[in-house]
Order: sequence, then structure tokens, then C-alpha cells
Amino acid sequence: MLSLTDVVILQDGFRLSADFSISTGQRVAVIGPSGAGKSTLVNAICGFVDVSAGTIALQSTDITKAMPSERDMAILFQDNNLFAHLSITQNVGLGIRPAMRLSVAENEVVANALSRVGLDGFGTRKPGALSGGQQSRAALARALVQSKPWMILDEPFAALGPALRAEMLDLVAEVATETGAGVLMVTHAPEDARRIADTVIFVADGVAHAPVATAELLDNPPPALKAYLG
Amino acid sequence: MARSAFQISPRLGASAAVLIAALILSALGAVVSRATSDFVLSPADWAAVRFTIWQAFLSATFSCLLAVFVARALARRRFWGRGLLITLLGAPFILPVIVAVLGLLAIFGRSGILNDVLGLIGLQSVSIYGLQGVVLAHVFFNLPLVTRLLLQGWQSIPAERFRLVAQLGMPPRMVFGLIEWPLILRIIPGAFALVFVICLTSFAVALTLGGGPRATTIELAIYQAFRFDFDLSRAAYLSVLQLGVAGAAAVVALWLIPSVGLGGGLDRMQKRWDVRGGASRLRDTIVIGFAAAFLILPLSAVLVSGLRGLADVPPSVWASAWTSTWVALLSTIVLLALALPMAGWIATSRRTSVEAVGLLGLAASPLMIGTGWFILIHPFVNPADWALTVTIVVNAMMALPFALRILVPSLRDSAQAYGRLSAGLGLGGIRLWAWVLIPRGRTQIGFAAGLTAALSVGDLGVIALFADPDRATLPLQMYRLMGSYWTEAASGAALILLVLALGLFWIMDYWGRRNAIVD
Repeated sequence: MLSLTDVVILQDGFRLSADFSISTGQRVAVIGPSGAGKSTLVNAICGFVDVSAGTIALQSTDITKAMPSERDMAILFQDNNLFAHLSITQNVGLGIRPAMRLSVAENEVVANALSRVGLDGFGTRKPGALSGGQQSRAALARALVQSKPWMILDEPFAALGPALRAEMLDLVAEVATETGAGVLMVTHAPEDARRIADTVIFVADGVAHAPVATAELLDNPPPALKAYLG
Repeated sequence: MARSAFQISPRLGASAAVLIAALILSALGAVVSRATSDFVLSPADWAAVRFTIWQAFLSATFSCLLAVFVARALARRRFWGRGLLITLLGAPFILPVIVAVLGLLAIFGRSGILNDVLGLIGLQSVSIYGLQGVVLAHVFFNLPLVTRLLLQGWQSIPAERFRLVAQLGMPPRMVFGLIEWPLILRIIPGAFALVFVICLTSFAVALTLGGGPRATTIELAIYQAFRFDFDLSRAAYLSVLQLGVAGAAAVVALWLIPSVGLGGGLDRMQKRWDVRGGASRLRDTIVIGFAAAFLILPLSAVLVSGLRGLADVPPSVWASAWTSTWVALLSTIVLLALALPMAGWIATSRRTSVEAVGLLGLAASPLMIGTGWFILIHPFVNPADWALTVTIVVNAMMALPFALRILVPSLRDSAQAYGRLSAGLGLGGIRLWAWVLIPRGRTQIGFAAGLTAALSVGDLGVIALFADPDRATLPLQMYRLMGSYWTEAASGAALILLVLALGLFWIMDYWGRRNAIVD
């Protein structure tokens, strides 16, 4: 269970409040107009943005002040998901532990993860030699080896074409199923939410609303969401 | 971004900064305590103050003025050897002062080429000693530096501007007013300030080409009070004076000094359509020719006389060359140990005031620090035993402002691009350096290390205060040979020093560039 209790985020005159919880293993999409605070919300959950009030808790542990790496979350950003100067294997290996040399067993885990996301034989390459879709796959492979209870995605596939994006979302769902992780994903595309999410958090007018079942929300949108969906 | 996004701990960086401040302030405290209030500055001391400021002003003025012409000509003309000439413009910055002085003496000295030519056509010979020599040497060092800073500016002019200018058929005079003059106004104040501050603390040039009542800088006066009269309180008083003059200038310059460029890509040539005219081509050719000769002739003289003198080099020179090498290497290690954590701290701190600590080194002159530490340690130990240690630390401190200017932008980029990813993966502390910051900054780290090694190996400053006859770095040994008119051996030593300085720089810079990250 990931719960936000009376959370308030203040940033240069911008205010976002959130009070909801998501049960373990759920897949949740965060949608809303640009500038509404979708990214701010997940950044606060990941620990990149300080919350001004309220608590964030994972199971029953208060993680409001925890470091990002101590929050049991695997994170995929919009860009810069891979260190451009490290090989794909090294990038994925960082998900296991940041060591200069991995053990044979650990290397095998990395190789398996790469083959799982369809990147067999790409391990020695640098990210620059991969296409956008392949880079996303590599980042997912790392999430796979991290094997955290939560995967947080901040529009990581926004730059990909529709078909490729759908493919990546399916892969996210598969990875999540294998690791048993819950998914919290920011997106601006309602079809993404329909494809992967059980519930949707709608962010608008300074409030992150509690999650509502995806189909229910998107089929009968409240006025603010209707205005956004157009 | 929140505190947790960047995991570069400020603790190490802050400790390094505190250490630097403590080293400088302890020296300052020592000289202030020795500079008793009943001491009266002699007319000679005031003359030194006036001369210091005047020569720095002249040096900065001539360097900037001439650099505008040279840079403009270089930016407009495409010719064979242009890339090589621009690379050579980087050389004086890492050239040991005493080597350059020897080269300048070969051209402009009493029996130099210039006076030979003047004698042939029946003109009076000119002397390189005194104000003109000091300024000449400073221009030799700083004209190329300012030229490179200006070329960086020219490079930053978008190509579309020149296309637009060509399309509209503007004459060169309008191009100058519209594009080039604003650029010059933007770069020259900082460049002038930088050269002025560098020349204020000039010691080796004044030691070799100045001297006497009319051409003594404060640094040189400190040295003389120290070495010849062993008048510690006078040296202390002059040190306070030096800090006042250079410190005030450095504080003013702090906000004006431009970033020190990496030097890559400066030989790129923009296509120009506005510079076809015959008269301007002739003028540019003359300007470039003079600049090239001014740069290349002294260096060639060092090479030629050095090769001839190499056989006459006594064993003491080789011994001091070895000393200089390890002093330079240790200096480089000390520098990196100080600069990397400080740069990491500065790069992730939103307060820019932190960087000021590093620039303190520019204001505190080496001889002032040397005098201060001498006063502190000489009641307890023999300062000569500490000559090399002090040299290592002071050289590292002198390179620190430049190293910070080089390192901070790269670390800032890494932190911006990968701060969140690193934090999310729990990369922090030493692991963050090993995995991200050092690999991504290695070009800059190599360059900063090379610069430090070259500056350190060629430094003739604080070592001259402390050393006894048994202990000498190569520049000091070379100065002694010059002082005893053993010209062949001095020339040979100059060549060895030149090779050492350029070689150390090249090796470290090459380490940085090899496998440099190209995203």
C-alpha cells in the first residue's frame, strides 16, 4: 500500500494537494493537463521534490523524508534513463548494485533481463548506438533486475510512435506481472491509461484526485476531465 | 530540485575550501603580525607599488589592443597553417616563464636578432631590461590568451549572421559595428581584468627583466627584502601591500573574468563573404605575420640554442629536472584532491559565492604566502627543508582558480542530466564519482591536471624564497645558470624544461581526451 495523507506540495506559488492510497500491485495512470502537476506528484512520491505537509507511507513505513534510493521504487524518467557513457550491461547492472564488477551470477541475471526485453546481444553497446525504443527496453530491463515493489514511470515513452508506445506499455505490464510490482505512470494519452491502468488519478486545479477505475472515469468524465480530453 | 536529487556531499568540498582559506589566512596573519605599525614605507617601496600597477596596466592594455587586431584577422582569413598557429596560441599559457624570457632575450636582448638588425642599418640598439622588457614579456604571454578568448567569441557568432550580412551586402565597417564591436565590448573587460590581475603578481618576469629602482614589482621587492636583507618585517609589510593591491583588483575582476576555454574547436573556420577586399587582406596578412613571428621566433630560438647547449648541461640540471617532475606530479595530485570536491560542491550549490574561495588564490600572491609560512615555521624548523613541500602546495593553490573554472561546468552538466537517475539508483559519494562524474568529466580533469603540472613544473616563485643551494627545481637551477652567465647550460636547461612542461601537459590532456565521452 502506497498512501499519501494530507500531502501538500508548494513550489514557487504552485500548490498541489493529494490524499489517497493505492494498494500493492495496482496499475495506476496519472493524467491531467500539462502544467497541472502530474510530474510534480510523482517526483514527490519518488523523493525528488520535498513535500511541505503531510506524509507519504509505503506499507506502514513513513518515507516522507527518505532518500530516493531508499523508497523501494524503480523509476523511469522521460529522458536520461541511461548513462550515455556506460554500456547497456553496466547500465542494467547498476540496478543490482553499483559495483565495478558484477559476479558471474549477477551477470547472468542482467543477460536474462536483456533477453527478456528483446535486447539479446546488445549488452556491450552504448546507449547512443540504440534506437529510442531499444533505450526504453534497456531501462525496463534495469527495472526488471531492480525488482522493486513499485515502478514509477514519468512519461518515459512520450517520444515514441503510437505502435511502439503500445508495445512498450505491454512490456511494462509484463515486467510488472513478473516482479509483482505496482505501476504508477504519468501519461497525457488516455489510450495509454486504458491499455495498462486499472485506475486513474486525475490531476487538475491543484488537486490530485483519488484513483477511480479507468473505464468508469474515461467513459463518464467529470467536467474538468472532459475539458482536458476534448 | 530537492536536496536529495544530487548526492554530491558538500562536506569534502567545504573542508577543502576551509583548508585553502586557513592556509591563506594563516599566512596573512603571520605577515600582519610581523608588519609592525611603526614601519615606514620607503620611497623605493612606493615606487614598487606604482611600477606594479603601471606595468600591469600597460601589459593588459597592449595585450587586449593587439589581440583585437590579431583575433579579427584570424577570424577572417583562411590560410595554410592556420590551425597550427591557433594551437600554438595556447602554448604561452603553459610555457615556463623563464624559458620564454630566454627566448625573448635571444630576439630582443642585447645581442639578440633585433639589435643585430638595428646595428646593420645603423640604428641605436634597444634594451630589453626595465619597463619595456617586463611589458614585452607580459604581452608575449597574454596576447595569445586574449586572442583565444576573442576567437571563442567570434566562434559563437551564429553562421546565419554572416549569411545575412552577405545577403544584405554590408561593407566591413558595418559588419564591425553591428557584429564584431559588441562582441569585443563583451569579452575585453573580462580579459583585461584577467591579464591585469595576472601581471600584478608577476614575479619571474620582473626578476629576470626588471629590477633596479625603476623596474621593481612588489613581488620582487618582497623577494629582495627577504633574500638580500633578510628583513622579515619589511617583507611582511610589502606582502600586506601586495595583498591589498592584488586582492582589490581580484575582487573587481572576479565578476568579469571569463571562463577558461578548453581550446578545442577554435580552429573551425566560419565561411565569410564580407572580407574579400585587397587592402584589408594585406592588412590582415601583416597582422597575422607579425603575431606569428612574435610567437614563433622566441620559441624557435629556445629550441635551436637548447639543442646546441644540451651537451653542456651539468648533472645538477638533470637532478633538478627530476625534482621538478615529482614536485609537479605531487602538485597535480594535491590540486585534484582539492579541486574535485570543491568543484562538485560548487556545481551543486546554488550559491555562487563558494567559487570565490578558489579565486582567493589569485589574490594571494605566492610570495606573500611564502613569506607568511616562512615566518610561521622558521622558529621551529629549517625552512629550506620545507621548500619543496611549500612549493607543491602553493603551486596547487595557484592553479586552483583555473581548475575550478574548467571543472565546474562539466560537473554541473552531469549533475543536471544524471542527478535524478543517480539518486534513484542510490549512486552517491565515491561511487557517484567513480561511475558518473569522473568518466563524464575526464576531458576536463585531464586538461586541468595537465595545466597544473605544466604551471608547477615551470614555476619560479616561492621556491626562490626558500631554497638553499642543495635544493632546486629546474626553473631555479636555470635562473642560477643564467645569473652566472653560463648561457649554453642555461639554454640546454631551458629546452629540458620546455619539453617537461609541454610533455606533462600533453600526457595528462591526452589521457583526458582519449576515450573521451561523445554522447
